Amino acid sequence: MHRVVITGAGTINALGNDVASTQSAMAEGRCGITQLDIRDIDRLSVKIGGQIHGYEEADHFNRQEIALYDRFTQFTLLAAREAISQAGLKFSGDESDSAGVVLGTSGGGLNTQDDNYRAVYEEGKNRVHPFIVPKLMNNAAASHVSMEYNLRGPSFTVATACASSNHAMGQAFAMIRSGMAKTMITGGSEAMLCFGGFKAWEGLRVMSKDACRPFSANRNGMVQGEGAGVFVFEEYEHAKARGAEILAEVVGYSMTSDASDIVMPSKAGAARTIAGALRDARIDPTEVGYINAHGTGTAANDKTECAAVAQVFGAHADKLMISSTKSMHGHLIGGTGAVELLACLMALRDGIIAPTIGYEEPDPECALDVVPNEARECQVEVVLSNAFAFGGLNAVIALRKFP
Amino acid sequence: MNTAAKVTEIIAEQAMIDVSDVTLDSTLESLGIDSMGVVESIFAIEEAFDISVPFNANDPSDSDFDISSVASIVAAVDKLKAEQA
Repeated sequence: MHRVVITGAGTINALGNDVASTQSAMAEGRCGITQLDIRDIDRLSVKIGGQIHGYEEADHFNRQEIALYDRFTQFTLLAAREAISQAGLKFSGDESDSAGVVLGTSGGGLNTQDDNYRAVYEEGKNRVHPFIVPKLMNNAAASHVSMEYNLRGPSFTVATACASSNHAMGQAFAMIRSGMAKTMITGGSEAMLCFGGFKAWEGLRVMSKDACRPFSANRNGMVQGEGAGVFVFEEYEHAKARGAEILAEVVGYSMTSDASDIVMPSKAGAARTIAGALRDARIDPTEVGYINAHGTGTAANDKTECAAVAQVFGAHADKLMISSTKSMHGHLIGGTGAVELLACLMALRDGIIAPTIGYEEPDPECALDVVPNEARECQVEVVLSNAFAFGGLNAVIALRKFP
Repeated sequence: MNTAAKVTEIIAEQAMIDVSDVTLDSTLESLGIDSMGVVESIFAIEEAFDISVPFNANDPSDSDFDISSVASIVAAVDKLKAEQA
């Protein structure tokens, strides 16, 4: 089996337009959740989100590109540009054939769908732009990354709701480990902050009207976010041979299904996934210093996740740190695990543990060290990233400090 | 149809039981309605009475809308109808 390392990272999200600004916001415990600025906001009952403000697509893409790139594809391409530039890779010949793209998204081109449903239903138009289908399709982002960088190996899109990008990164890891690819561009993207997308979420009545406060006793729901996180996963010998800077090693991965409920989380399922990732990575539980939690800020998720961590780690659960950065960037749904992996990289490389902000009241059902409100300096060797999706589909990734 | 009869009908349909098996002192839990069933029932109530119900599934007890029994739901619906008329 081949070893897998991360040699590039890129992002755009409510906390920043690149990795450095995002990680410094996480280290400062800055909140990127603000009043939403979207069409028909007056008809929404929840009006906050981790929205990327001041973003002008024309600053980054030309007219022809904008005709084909939905907002989620644009975010992906900006994050991919940063990641691939950091990795210093150029793709041609055999290098191209053994490089692919696997990305997560849940809504895909939802803004494009929203705009065009408006055009045909609300405005009564009988004609839409010729490129609506290739713009809205869920695999558009992965395909455009492959075209932009000449990646001719295995490429596809994973859609498993809130676990999409962890599942995508898990697949990228598995493909390099098995020898199927040498380099994989992976992560995820989401751009659901449009009227129709938000209205659907309102129906579930699980969104907070004021803040995302994971693990806090007075938490009252999740807050939506948007953006992308993209990474270069590379076979270790390949990275070493070209003298690449290695950000971390990906050491384990597990995916499971609860097979129980379409929305309610399962302690057993979460625990089985966490334990599976430790086993896959051949990690002793006591080596884990930090967990980036799924931590949505809903009543159900946070207590279930804490119970699962307590079960898997036993006494060590009280020694490790677990935080939810969704309190700062919101829940990016299909892109969330990718942006959250940046907190894992910061923990391993800089020894800074991102906090859970908005924490106000201890909850006896979430009695772990959730790194409340302020980042902490602490050296850790091994970290986990949790994702537990609607539909009971779970994905946990384990990273180790390198060297 | 009065409020109690309509609420009872909505709850019976959600619980997949006969209307006669729903009484005013029934609780949603005793009728086998889980948290998602509660959210669906509230949606049906909003549609039936053309009202907007303040309800957060994260903390039902913190909402102004009292769902502790069929009677409390009927009372809450009447109050909202008066307020939102």
